[in-house]
Formats: sequence, structure tokens, C-alpha cells
Amino acid sequence: MTSIKGFFRGRTKIQPIWVFVIALFIFFSFMSEYFLSFGNITNILVQTSTIGLIALGMTLVMINGNIDLSVGAILGLAASLAVGLQEISMTLAILAALGSGILLGAINGLIVWKTGVNAFIVTLGAMLGIRGLIFLYTGEQSFYAMNFAFSDFGTSTIGPFPVLAIIFLICTLIMHLVLTRTGHGRNTFAVGGNPEASIDAGIRLGRHMMINFIIVGFFAALAGVMLASQMGAATPNLGRDYELWVITAVVLGGTKLTGGYGSIVGTLGGVLAIGILRNGMNLMQVPAFYVLVILGAILISVLIIDKKLNAPSTKEVRI
Amino acid sequence: MTRLSIALTGAFQGDFIQVISMASAEQSKSRLPTGKLSKAGVMSFLSAQGILIFFLLGMFVFSFFSEQFLSQSNIMTVIRQASIIGIIAVGVTVVIIGGNLDLSVGSMLSFSTVLVVDLHDKVGPTNAILMMFALTLMIGAVNGILIGFLRLNSLIVTLAMLSAIQGFVLIYSGGQNVDIADQEGTWFAFFGRGYLGGIAVPILLFGLLAILVQVVMSYTGYGRRIFAVGGNPMAAVYSGIRKNWCVFSTYLISAFCVACAALVLGSRVMGSQNNVGQGYELLVLAGIILGGTSLLGGAGSIWKTVVGVLILGFIQNGLLLMGYPYYIQWIVTWVIIILAVWLDLANKRKSLFTTHS
Repeated sequence: MTSIKGFFRGRTKIQPIWVFVIALFIFFSFMSEYFLSFGNITNILVQTSTIGLIALGMTLVMINGNIDLSVGAILGLAASLAVGLQEISMTLAILAALGSGILLGAINGLIVWKTGVNAFIVTLGAMLGIRGLIFLYTGEQSFYAMNFAFSDFGTSTIGPFPVLAIIFLICTLIMHLVLTRTGHGRNTFAVGGNPEASIDAGIRLGRHMMINFIIVGFFAALAGVMLASQMGAATPNLGRDYELWVITAVVLGGTKLTGGYGSIVGTLGGVLAIGILRNGMNLMQVPAFYVLVILGAILISVLIIDKKLNAPSTKEVRI
Repeated sequence: MTRLSIALTGAFQGDFIQVISMASAEQSKSRLPTGKLSKAGVMSFLSAQGILIFFLLGMFVFSFFSEQFLSQSNIMTVIRQASIIGIIAVGVTVVIIGGNLDLSVGSMLSFSTVLVVDLHDKVGPTNAILMMFALTLMIGAVNGILIGFLRLNSLIVTLAMLSAIQGFVLIYSGGQNVDIADQEGTWFAFFGRGYLGGIAVPILLFGLLAILVQVVMSYTGYGRRIFAVGGNPMAAVYSGIRKNWCVFSTYLISAFCVACAALVLGSRVMGSQNNVGQGYELLVLAGIILGGTSLLGGAGSIWKTVVGVLILGFIQNGLLLMGYPYYIQWIVTWVIIILAVWLDLANKRKSLFTTHS
């Protein structure tokens, strides 16, 4: 354990969520003979890559003490653009999709920065508005990809490894390095932990937050393009409720909503926990409804355990 | 933002100062020094009345584009449609004033509506309504215990409850939609379709609930305590307020309002899909935010929420009458939310990142 600790150099302890992930892993490999096959493991990675990618960006935004509820809508818009613009040019379609994510993230960030309005309100409005833009653009129609290169990409593999899973893991590694080894990562913790102090330390708070909103917007758009290529289609309602799954994954991974604390390793654990739970229960033929209840129960228990373990040293005022 | 707001108010200022100085030159020097007051005056007027101005302006614009818009029957239709969101929003406003959030109301609405409709045929309307209220209040109590007594983060707890309750609904209904068998021969329809003294029952229920809660919040000790807890929890505890109980009670109020909304919804449709309340939590929040209640807690009022919800309703109705598709209202809502909150903050802006970056 110490060697692993040394490898991650202090910032990330072994997250409790990983204990849970391993427990789930062992549980399901006993419950279902199909679970522990190479195909199924890569399958889990592909299934979680969509939520996982967004969760990477959301971790940064939440460490900053903000939240982004518009990611599901950004994903939907990017997917529609990526498929809808293919008639003109595929490169243009993908660039427009990714660009829309960056632009919408920047708009969210700019409004939070320049008005000082709570990010919850700004992104809630954006969530409704962007969904409106999707319907406006698509005219309530689904788009189907006519370009086979695009729809093949989503199911292609490098050797035995699916491309989507590889992209997700590479992005995870990059974001982990950004958060733990760069000035931007350090500032992210500083801004969330103590905004006043970080202003005194010369961090440009608004600009910094805006960059993180752009990052999450980009990842949401990338997830949208990947999902569209996996499905070979885009529907206007794509990405609905994704913000809830993403926030659940990030919180399960130990990131604090109050800001200043969290890690990409934890988020990866949270994403995998959700993925394994859904996949395993699917294999055990549990109806999907039960997964919702179990997930809610787990999330609340994690909060309670966390509260009990990390009780403040000075006693809080009771009643 | 600062530069823009100065430029904007500067434009106002020019006229205002001229008018004031022309009217009473000495007075403007002694009582209204420099342009500062006119800027602050204009902005505080706009921010205090901004939402009403939006409302009236919107009504004015819509009435030009469509003749039916300002007819009595149309206004009644809009209010009746908005009443379900409105009834829920009344409860959520109390939760927000107490310094918390409730995202689980949408799922709770699905739960209560499916429950009351399904039980109607099995145990009769009266028992169905009583059982539905009891079970909905129990869910509210679970929220209240987790957030009030265990002091967990309300955003995440209600998010978890959102998915858990939706799961319960699906398990309970087996993924099927429910219906009332004998749609004609039941008095249950009264809550959603009935009229009392010429006014639709949902509107009456919405109005009564809003007035009741507004009176409780403004004129009783209980209301003052909720405001105190939301405004400064520490100070509230030190002044002897039982904060945990206050937070707990706000979730009971929210659950009660959801149960009332479910009564109206179930009785109007006489059946229910198992995801009927999906997305309601966000529309409710949008209405509250449009009304100008801050999500920070400790401030807000029920009548503002009522205005906000009605604005949402009138935007939707007005755009539909003008021939635009329904989703245009979402984009318009987005723009108006940002403008409304921006105006609201313009003269009490103390945010760190706007002043220091």
C-alpha cells in the first residue's frame, strides 16, 4: 500500500470507493459466470466511458466548488451536430460538435464569472436552454449516421482493446496528471478550498473557474461524439439525466460538493462502481428498476459513512 | 459586467440627472448628491421590481401578437396548467428559504400520482387519498431526517432520493401505466376537473396553499425561525432555535405540497404514467429562480414564486399562441433566468470572483 501511495505521491490516498469496487467485482464474479470474462470487462469500460469522460471534467468543476447541470444537454447537442453535419463534411461535423461543447462551457463559465450567480442556477438555465437548442436544430427528429467510417469507429478495436475504452483511459490519465502535477490542478484545489486565500495568492478566480467549465464542456461534447458513433445515431433526448449519473459517480468517488477536495482516481472508482453494478445486475437479470433504488441507497450510505468518519475535531453545535 | 452595468446605468443616469437637476437644482445637490443615488436608485428599483416588470412587459408583448392571449378563459387555462408546478413550488420555496434544496419532488410526484390512482380502484377514493398523503409525508420525513438530523448535503441526498423513488415507482407499478377503471362515476375527478364558484379547483387549491404558506412564513414565529435558519444557521442555533427540527419540517411541507399536486394531477388525468413527474423538479426550480428567490437561503417569498411560476406558464402559452414550437420556451426561459438573476444581483453584488478577477 505504501508503494502505491508513493506512486500517487500523497495527493491521492487509497480511496474507500476502490474497496467497494473490488468487493463488487468479487461479488459479481461469484454470482455470474459471464462476469469475469475479458469481453465483459472491456464491455464495462466501453459502457462507462460516456459517463466517465464527463465525470473527469465534473471532478474539476466540483473541486472548484461549482457544479454543472448542463452536461447532459451539451452531450445531446454535440451528438446531434456530429451526426447532422456529416452531409457537409465529417471533419467539420466533429469539429463543430467539440467546438459547441467548448463554446457552451465558456458561456457557462463566463456568466458565472461575470455575474457571480451561483453555478447551480446558471447551468440549470443552460440545461433547459441547450435542450431547446437541440430540438430547434433537429426539429425533434433523430439523425442517423450515413458515414460508415464514423459508425465503425465506435465499435472498432486496437488489438483486443476497444478504442472508446482506450480513449477514456488515456483521458483519465491526462486529467489525473493535470490535477496532481500542474499549476492549474494546484490552483483548482486552492480555489475550492479557500477562495479568499487563493485571490490573495494571485489566482485569477473567475478566469480559472471558466477554464474548468470549458474542460467539462469539452468532455461532455467528446462523450456525445463517442456515444453517437457507438450508436450510429443521435436522438434529441440523448443525454437526459446524465448529469445525475455523473454527479453520483463523482460524489461516490469522494469529491466534496463544498469544494477543495477530490481526485480523478476516486472519480474513476465511482464511475466503475456504477458501471459494474449496472452490468453485474444486468447479468443476474435483476430488473433495471432495482438498480436505481440500490444506487440511491448506496449514495446515501456513502454520505453517512463519510460524515461519521470525517467528523470535525472541534465538536459541532448540537441542536 | 461592472463596466457594462456602469455603461448601462450611465445611459439612465444622464437622463435622470438632467431631469432631476432641471426640476430642482438645489434639492438635487443637497438631497441627491452626484449621480450615485440615481444609479443605485434605478438599479435597486429594477432589481426589486424587475420580475414584475418582466412579467408586465411580457404580457404586453404577447397581447400584441395574439388576441386570445389576454382573454379571461386563456388566462384561467394558463393558471390552471401552471397550478401543479405552482403547488410544488410553494413547498420547495420553503425548503430553499430554510437553506436547502429539494430535487426529489419530481420523482415524488410520480410516486404519489401512481399510488393514488392505483389505490383508487382498490380501496376507494377516500382511503386512497389518505394513504397517499401518509406515504408521501413519510418520504418527506426520510428526506428531513437525512438532511435535518444527520446533516447530510441536501443536493446529493435529494438527488439520491430522486433515483431511488423513481426505482420504487417502477417496482410498484411493474413498469406499467395505471388507470382508473370507472372514470365517470367517481367524485375523485373533482380535484382536477371540478369548479367551485366558477373557478377551477386546481387554481383554488394553488391560491389557498400559497396564501396559507405566505401567511405562515411572514406572520408566525415558525416562519421567522425558518428564515433565521436559512440566513445564518449558527446564529439561529445560538439564539435557541431547534435548527434540525426546522429543516426537518420544511421537507414535510414540501412533501405535503407534492401530495396536493399529485391529487390534482391524478384526478385530472384519471390515470398516470410511471414517470409523469420526470423533470418537474427543474421546472419548479426555474419558476422559483425566475421569481427571484435566491438559492442561498434565508430570503424569498411565496408570492414571488407564484409570479415566477406564472411567468413560466405565460411564456409557454404566449409562444404557443404565436405559433412557435413548445421548446422555444426553454431557450427563452434560459435567457430570462440569467437576466433576472443578473438584475437581482446588480446592486448587491458581493461575489468574490466578480470583484477580484
